[in-house]
Amino acid sequence: MAKLGSALFNRLVIIIPYAWLLFFFLIPFFIVIRISLSETAVAMPPYLPVFDLASGFGGIIDNIKQFSIDNYIWLTEDALYAKAYISSLWIAGVSTFLTLLIAYPVAYGMAQAPNTIRPTLLMLVILPFWTSFLIRVYAWIAILKPEGLLNQLLLTLGVIDQPLIILNTNWAIYIGIVYSYLPFMVLPIYSSLEKMDHSLTEAAQDLGCTPIRAFWRVTFPLSLPGVVAGCMLVFIPAVGEFVIPDLLGGSETLMIGKTLWNEFNANRDWPVSAAVATILLLILVVPIMFFQHAQSKADAEGR
Amino acid sequence: MQRWSRFNIASIVLGFAFLYLPIVLLVVFSFNESKLVTVWAGFSTKWYVQLFHNQALLDAAWVTIRVGLISATVATVLGTLAALAMTRYTRFRGRMLFSGMIYAPLVMPEVITGLSMLLLFVAIGFDRGFWTLTLAHITFTMCFVAVVVQSRLLSFDRSIEEAAMDLGATPVATFLQVTLPVIAPAVFSGWVLAFTLSLDDLVISSFTSGPGATTLPMRIYSQVRLGVTPEINAVCTILIGIVAIGVLIASVVSRSREIQRVKDEQAAFAH
Repeated sequence: MAKLGSALFNRLVIIIPYAWLLFFFLIPFFIVIRISLSETAVAMPPYLPVFDLASGFGGIIDNIKQFSIDNYIWLTEDALYAKAYISSLWIAGVSTFLTLLIAYPVAYGMAQAPNTIRPTLLMLVILPFWTSFLIRVYAWIAILKPEGLLNQLLLTLGVIDQPLIILNTNWAIYIGIVYSYLPFMVLPIYSSLEKMDHSLTEAAQDLGCTPIRAFWRVTFPLSLPGVVAGCMLVFIPAVGEFVIPDLLGGSETLMIGKTLWNEFNANRDWPVSAAVATILLLILVVPIMFFQHAQSKADAEGR
Repeated sequence: MQRWSRFNIASIVLGFAFLYLPIVLLVVFSFNESKLVTVWAGFSTKWYVQLFHNQALLDAAWVTIRVGLISATVATVLGTLAALAMTRYTRFRGRMLFSGMIYAPLVMPEVITGLSMLLLFVAIGFDRGFWTLTLAHITFTMCFVAVVVQSRLLSFDRSIEEAAMDLGATPVATFLQVTLPVIAPAVFSGWVLAFTLSLDDLVISSFTSGPGATTLPMRIYSQVRLGVTPEINAVCTILIGIVAIGVLIASVVSRSREIQRVKDEQAAFAH
């Protein structure tokens, strides 16, 4: 009896979260793909019926015959979508690089800090992550506006004599992404630097390496797993970002997350937004699998 | 050799200034007398007073808190189970898929997660509202809980569990009496993380909620689109305050637990 109970417990530990994620995370993607293949209809929900299980297996075959790739053809015909995908990838790439440039020195400084203050520094990096994303993006509007705080400061200091136009440009989006995702980059880099054995850099320097050379030849390669994890954590969600381009970007800024949102909320075209989501998912599936692989490997090493 | 150089200190100070200055400015201007959030005109708390007369905002806050409490609690249970499954059972059928489903939501663009869950609810004929919102929040926050708890379980000394089992404890009893007390701080910080993520979410909520279930971020977002006002700054300041207190409590609890644990261990060795 006890044995039966223990076997049941072991099973349930896996089955319950597994079933939950299958139902609420994986199956929805198949529904998205299915709806991207159906036609728009003026109804609620605004697409033609998906599966009619009542008509049995034959009905499903009939249904598959009705699949239409019109939505995908539509996406290729309108240059707006291709432009939005490319500009999303570009903006996410540039922002990831800028985030790395800022995050690395911070993570490096934290890893070099005396042991006594490291937990406090770590806490200070994590804290903004717990405050609302929306609020942190919103905070930048007042700073970047033409009559905003940044321009007031620069005008007073005499650095510029014309207000800088930053809000509603791509620069505002870069700043927004770098700012919002900075902790995601700092934390993995810090944890890989912290694990590093400092005697390695000391040995390199003893053997005649300049500190800068020792950094590039020893420290940086050893921190690469953290850098890669950080870049993935920033790049993947940034490609589909909605809040930042919507609040900080301009009317001519094209980002696919915003396009999807508008297609869904303003145009009420569910099948087309499902098609947009499907292609975005296809673009991101490789980086996501790469990220999962790297994470599982790191966990296996931690075991 | 001096490792903590001036360059290190400067980069940390600049990095943290960049992280915190916008939030500080936002808080400061919530106390501004003027309606502008860029020109200081004197100290005032009138925006906070006005806030408490804004019924729509208060209703949204109440919805947000209820969704957060329910979803964080369920997500913590599911996430802890998922973490156990990931660390204890290194081989089972479909483990790759399972770990994929744990890690993918962490980076998945919210527009995709939101849209796909909405389409699921529509496909099964579930009316959108409070419960669809809660289910969606459970799903994306449980993965964060799983990751937090998993990192604690990886450094867990399994010999004490084995000892309990050898002494005849059932797996359930072992889990409740041996494992859970040890990983409790991680489970608790997983709960706090799930709660704040739920509190913050805008995109997934907008897709999955329905009439009568408007959350605070949705309300803030629709006001922000109309313009930046000190009233929004005031709401944001209160939210930041709640989160800061929550995080502070979480860190104090986990630190005192840690100290207690070290003491217990020392006492055990002394005997």
